[in-house]
Amino acid sequence: MTDFHHQTLAELSAGLKARRFSSVELTRHFLARIERLNGELNALITVTGEQALAAAARADQQLAAGNAGPLTGLPIVHKDIFCTDGVLTTCGSRMLSNFVAPYDATVVERLSQAGVIMLGKANMDEFAMGSSNETSWYGPVKNPWNLKKVPGGSSGGSAAAVAARIAPAATGTDTGGSIRQPAALTSLTGLKPTYGRVSRYGMIAFASSLDQAGTLTLSAQDSAMLLGAMAGFDPRDSTSVDAPVPDYLATLDQPLAGLKIGLLKEFFDQGLDEANGKLVRDALKVYETLGAKLVEVSLPNLPLSVPTYYVVAPAECSSNLSRFDGVRFGHRCENPHDLLDLYKRSRGEGFGAEVKRRIMTGTYVLSAGYYDAYYLRAQKVRRLITDDFAQAFQSVDVLMGPTSPTPAFDIGAKVDDPITMYLNDIYTIGANLAGLPAMSIPCGLLDGLPVGLQIIGPHFSEGRLLSVAHGYQRETQWHRQIPQGYE
Amino acid sequence: MSLTRKDVENIAHLARLAITEAETPVYVDSLSKILSFVEQLNTADTKQVEPMAHPLKDQVQRLRADQVADVDQHHKYQRNAARVEAGLYLVPKVIE
Repeated sequence: MTDFHHQTLAELSAGLKARRFSSVELTRHFLARIERLNGELNALITVTGEQALAAAARADQQLAAGNAGPLTGLPIVHKDIFCTDGVLTTCGSRMLSNFVAPYDATVVERLSQAGVIMLGKANMDEFAMGSSNETSWYGPVKNPWNLKKVPGGSSGGSAAAVAARIAPAATGTDTGGSIRQPAALTSLTGLKPTYGRVSRYGMIAFASSLDQAGTLTLSAQDSAMLLGAMAGFDPRDSTSVDAPVPDYLATLDQPLAGLKIGLLKEFFDQGLDEANGKLVRDALKVYETLGAKLVEVSLPNLPLSVPTYYVVAPAECSSNLSRFDGVRFGHRCENPHDLLDLYKRSRGEGFGAEVKRRIMTGTYVLSAGYYDAYYLRAQKVRRLITDDFAQAFQSVDVLMGPTSPTPAFDIGAKVDDPITMYLNDIYTIGANLAGLPAMSIPCGLLDGLPVGLQIIGPHFSEGRLLSVAHGYQRETQWHRQIPQGYE
Repeated sequence: MSLTRKDVENIAHLARLAITEAETPVYVDSLSKILSFVEQLNTADTKQVEPMAHPLKDQVQRLRADQVADVDQHHKYQRNAARVEAGLYLVPKVIE
């Protein structure tokens, strides 16, 4: 039996290059694991086996001809929020349960040009609105560390797929923590780049000033490999930043001696499970032994992140999701008696409860008479939070703290109380509001469930963040832990 | 902040969402809770603060020349529509 699924992208890439195995063999191996294990996990909505094998055969030709890149022939899964030409793209919603995307998202196009093979499309919270992957029209995703627990969300299918080793890596998106929180809950390396670093073109919009695409992988090195291919200017995204993409692999081994780490006081104060906090502090000690200096920093406005987010994100969502009108694409109700009925019933039937709740919250905070009290005020507090981060980065290189207040919780435990669910994102939302790059890396297990360490850096510091994560992963083995039953 | 049933019905109408009789009280309750929760924002002093619309400083929306940049693919796009005829999207009659 081969152990392809124990290997990182970097290791698999070396094996392909040395012709120890072919991309077709590799792809078959993961497709067989998907076939065997996806039923219990519900991690993938669509499996694109035939296309994957055809792409793998092409990759093998390139490898044989000697014109392959580092990613040629490596299989991954894409979160089902990315449009994929000719392939069902549901965004986890009944609204798009019949939507075959007519083009590729830039992320998909760039990875495919780099030779990456798509195994399938990953389950997710409906329209990326959720922190537990329970709002999906396609049903909840199970956490491979314990099938009774949530994998986190909204990129829960991506996380479960990589954690269970049915795919060696996955794309995800992060609007309020949707890459980092599931990465923490499933023992993966999750990276949310700087806002504007990766194109949003073809990525179904939730909250446009917050959405950013990133990766869920087994190591920081793998994140660096994928980000290098995904990032960069795209004229088709009006907020894409026109700045060169550094060689993230070249700077991975930067020494950590003298690194100034700011410990986020508010994160350790606020609602943090004690045992969870201890594992995070243990990880910080590893950084100290590597020569980093720890200082406590306070971001006084940070506790207002969650309320700020739950005004800004629903407002943008209500506007973005107005495009689903039952006319041009998406679900359409039966026998509408007039246009208003067509809109209302198509949307009422097509959207699930949480999506409707956020659309209505957004509609309310943007409505006449309430705009100043809610939306404008939230935009002002957003600036206060962003300024707090900027000030902290004058004295420290990176900020660290927990990714999530607790390890994975039971499926069903928080579905009836939106506020309790929203508070799962208490540590991750700040980076989205300020547009900062941030990562979560595995730093231990609590009663058999993974815990994540969060690292936040200044704008466009992905290279530094990846090296900080890589430095820890050279000293520790948490990122190589495999959940029982998926070895 | 406490919303009434009528408030929620009005919001749902503005958002063009049909919600059922059974759903309405659930939204009255949860939307009221969310609006009360975000009232914490009033504790911040925002008098001298400029609202922030974009997370990166000095970013401007790019403009491009007003030229045709794409090919006509409406047949491909319309494959996702529920009802199409002669290249047009069909909806219930709007003008009597």
